[in-house]
Amino acid sequence: MAEDREILREIWEGKIPVCFTLASEEVHSEQPDPIYLLVSRLSYFPVVTDKVYRHFSRCIDQEKLDEMWLEYEGLPIKWHYPIGLLFDLLAGDEVLPWSITVHFQNFPRDELLHCPNKEAVESLYMSTLKEADALKHRSQIVNSMQRKDHKQLWIGLQNDNFDQFWAVNRKLMEMGGDDMFRHIPFRIYQSEKPYLQKLFRPVSEEGYTQNLEQLLKMFVPHIWGKNGELLKRVLIHGVDPPLNTSILWLSEHFSYPDNFLHICIVPMDIPS
Amino acid sequence: MSATNAEESEISNEETDPCLKTEEQQPGDVSPEYKSKEPTGASASVTESKTKVDLLLKPAGDAPIMKKKKWAVEYCKKVSWISEFLRKYLKFEPSESIFLYVNQSFSPAPDTEVGTLFECFGSDGKLVLHYCKSAAWG
Repeated sequence: MAEDREILREIWEGKIPVCFTLASEEVHSEQPDPIYLLVSRLSYFPVVTDKVYRHFSRCIDQEKLDEMWLEYEGLPIKWHYPIGLLFDLLAGDEVLPWSITVHFQNFPRDELLHCPNKEAVESLYMSTLKEADALKHRSQIVNSMQRKDHKQLWIGLQNDNFDQFWAVNRKLMEMGGDDMFRHIPFRIYQSEKPYLQKLFRPVSEEGYTQNLEQLLKMFVPHIWGKNGELLKRVLIHGVDPPLNTSILWLSEHFSYPDNFLHICIVPMDIPS
Repeated sequence: MSATNAEESEISNEETDPCLKTEEQQPGDVSPEYKSKEPTGASASVTESKTKVDLLLKPAGDAPIMKKKKWAVEYCKKVSWISEFLRKYLKFEPSESIFLYVNQSFSPAPDTEVGTLFECFGSDGKLVLHYCKSAAWG
């Protein structure tokens, strides 16, 4: 069970200032002012952008009004990834606030999933959480929970309520005796490539505790140079975790609310 | 090849997928369970055979049965592609939904790669996906 509550708090309170601007080519009348929002790293864009929709949708030719989508430097933003992950992956070197362009036309169907409503976000969130528990506990914990527990996780996340969320999430982080996580739910992201997700046990066959470096050396060995120097930056929640950190500890404390460790591999030249 | 009258069990491959190359370039690309004492030889043969996933599609609830249940699908095909394939094969109406489940427990995101699901949740050399017309397991 996650013990270092202060760390959980710090992660929970991570925020990113974002400046939303309406795509100039889609403005029907006069270019509206941008909107500034301070958004939680752990949340999802469709959960926090109601205001953005209301503010900009009235400035669009109503006949051309399609589903809203977001773009950063020409790249459509995947709304089903947590905001903090998107920022680390796409815009780690960006001067704050993070400038995002809002679109209501030409929805990029091949690149983005449709997001008809917030229930779609909730449903994808719950599926990912269930996938994580399938890896950790063969789905036993998530399946033993009641529907209201599942709901509480989502509402806690949606309302930015740490206690409400962790009252349930702690059960998913539990392990007793030999019953530790079977596999660590993790995904490794490298620029625009599809993410990498494999099986990785927290303890090696020889019985040693595995760390972040061992995980990365197994799946992305190319991030080290010939002389053993690290060529890339490894980011989780905007933090460069020491590579000798136990992977089990990271899984308990650095996982996103969907219970996955989302690890970003980004170029080294990004200033801290 | 039309999906509806497919006699052979391979889903056709119209385009070459660049992500297969990425898979092959990674020497550490073997999960702990399959680690061998001679990693070079073993991983080479593992990657050779790793271009397709054996997929077993099983109906759940009131979903119609497929004549052919076993399919070979490329690693980098997405879950959304499987859903589309099923919709066509089973001649679904546009209004009908399709839900896919892994391990009868969770529904993978539409942009998940089949190869990823196979590596994490495959067993006996194949990946089992259940399909149904309404949400079955949450």
